[in-house]
Amino acid sequence: MIYSEKVMDHFTNPRNVGEIADADGVGEVGNAKCGDIMKMYIKVDGGVISDVKFKTFGCGAAIATSSMATELIKGKTIDEALKLTNRAVVEALEGLPPAKLHCSVLAEQAMKSAIADYYKKQGIDPTPIIGDLGDCDDCQGCQ
Amino acid sequence: MEKKFIYCDNAATTKVSKSVLDAMLPYFTEEYGNASSIYMLGQGAAKALLRARETVAKAIGAKPHEIFFTSGGSEADNWAIKGMALNGSKSGKKHIITSVFEHHAVLHTCEFLEKQGYEVTYIPVDEKGLINPDDVKNAIREDTCLVTIMFANNEIGTIQPIKEIGEICKEKKVPFHTDAVQAVGNVEIDVKAMNIDMLSLSGHKIHAPKGVGALYIRGGISLPNLIHGGAQEKSKRAGTENLPSIVGLAQAITDAVQNIKEKQQKVSKLRDRLINGILKIQETRLNGDREKRLCGNVNISIRGVEGESLLLMLDMYGILASSGSACTSGSLDPSHVLLSIGLPHETAHGSLRLSISEETTNEDVDYILDTIPKVVDRLRSMSPLWERICKNEGITGTI
Repeated sequence: MIYSEKVMDHFTNPRNVGEIADADGVGEVGNAKCGDIMKMYIKVDGGVISDVKFKTFGCGAAIATSSMATELIKGKTIDEALKLTNRAVVEALEGLPPAKLHCSVLAEQAMKSAIADYYKKQGIDPTPIIGDLGDCDDCQGCQ
Repeated sequence: MEKKFIYCDNAATTKVSKSVLDAMLPYFTEEYGNASSIYMLGQGAAKALLRARETVAKAIGAKPHEIFFTSGGSEADNWAIKGMALNGSKSGKKHIITSVFEHHAVLHTCEFLEKQGYEVTYIPVDEKGLINPDDVKNAIREDTCLVTIMFANNEIGTIQPIKEIGEICKEKKVPFHTDAVQAVGNVEIDVKAMNIDMLSLSGHKIHAPKGVGALYIRGGISLPNLIHGGAQEKSKRAGTENLPSIVGLAQAITDAVQNIKEKQQKVSKLRDRLINGILKIQETRLNGDREKRLCGNVNISIRGVEGESLLLMLDMYGILASSGSACTSGSLDPSHVLLSIGLPHETAHGSLRLSISEETTNEDVDYILDTIPKVVDRLRSMSPLWERICKNEGITGTI
């Protein structure tokens, strides 16, 4: 299995690692059984994601996709961030091995889950905006 | 600083040693004859083949005519298991006994046979990664055609009670095969004293090249062919002999067996330093029995850390290792070996295997013990799983 230089760069020097103490939204996806957990924190100012941090337990691709996803949404409006797909993360990383594509899905879900949490904190039901994030148990990975 | 390169994955494969390479070289461009040819060049090859067979036989206490060269360990395992299964079916014996934590060359062969109507009993292992010989004894039935139990486990390095199992099989008159790919050259083996009927071995684990191995078949056992064709290997294994590699295998096994005690002493000291050093990191555990263990095997689970990211980061520091995490196994589940000794999935994902050799030095061990805590600190500090473990169990810090 070969990782692109971009993946290795984001694995070696992950961007936006850490936590935001007074985050406006926090999302966590994945589970320890599958070997991937991503946690994302966002700070929102006037509809714009002004800051984003992440913590990830997982393989090289999990760390790299988390890092890339945070880069792609930082400074973007929530609407723009919600348009980010896992494909965009993969393309920005110059590809991922097929077995690792699920990591990019996880990164997209972590970001959406953080935004959903932000909406909930605002008293807004996120489901009509973001849709169903799916349940980790639905993934056939652990079956 | 000069970039380090510390190879700690000798259970995966080894470097071809100088003595092996030197022994092999003439057989590429000078003594390149086909051992089946009648002219002098062919006879030279045939003699070299004979010598290699004698050497390999001697190293495991066998007779030369009991050694059959193969393309490696997987072929030897397939041959022994499928061959005995075929033999058994002729007298209605279609039951095989193996263990849950065999190498896939054995496990997947047994699973294939299950689909062909064979019944397979998978003996469990205890939490230390050891098989209880009584479990084998109790599993033997009237229709058992083969017991196949590995000599030493490739992931956690545990050495199984092969002699005891051999005795049981002899008493019960059931053929006994062992996959000794990890054991040859690391553990003293005497197939006669240990009552082993068939034994698989591989060259590239002991500094011979990849693509060569052997199956020992005790005299008197008639094993049907896996590969049909020419008359090589007494018509039991067709295909022109891979002479350079066979000569390499013979040299490698000679080197390995010659210094086995010295090697065990030297390497196990380094292994124990590594184990004790890594276990100083909090929330780590040694996988596999501490004593009944290959001299070069270290296998430790590090909670809160995922194996593949650990390996990638160690690689940046010039340390080459292996893991049983799902991400490195190419499947979604972590290693069946680690699950078989009762590890929860999340702990199995965070395993690290270092398999050192006689080339490993004290300085290498110092460097590894200096580097691993740094890498663990870095990964745990960004791990939400570690954060959760700390919160739930009142743990502080990362290392």
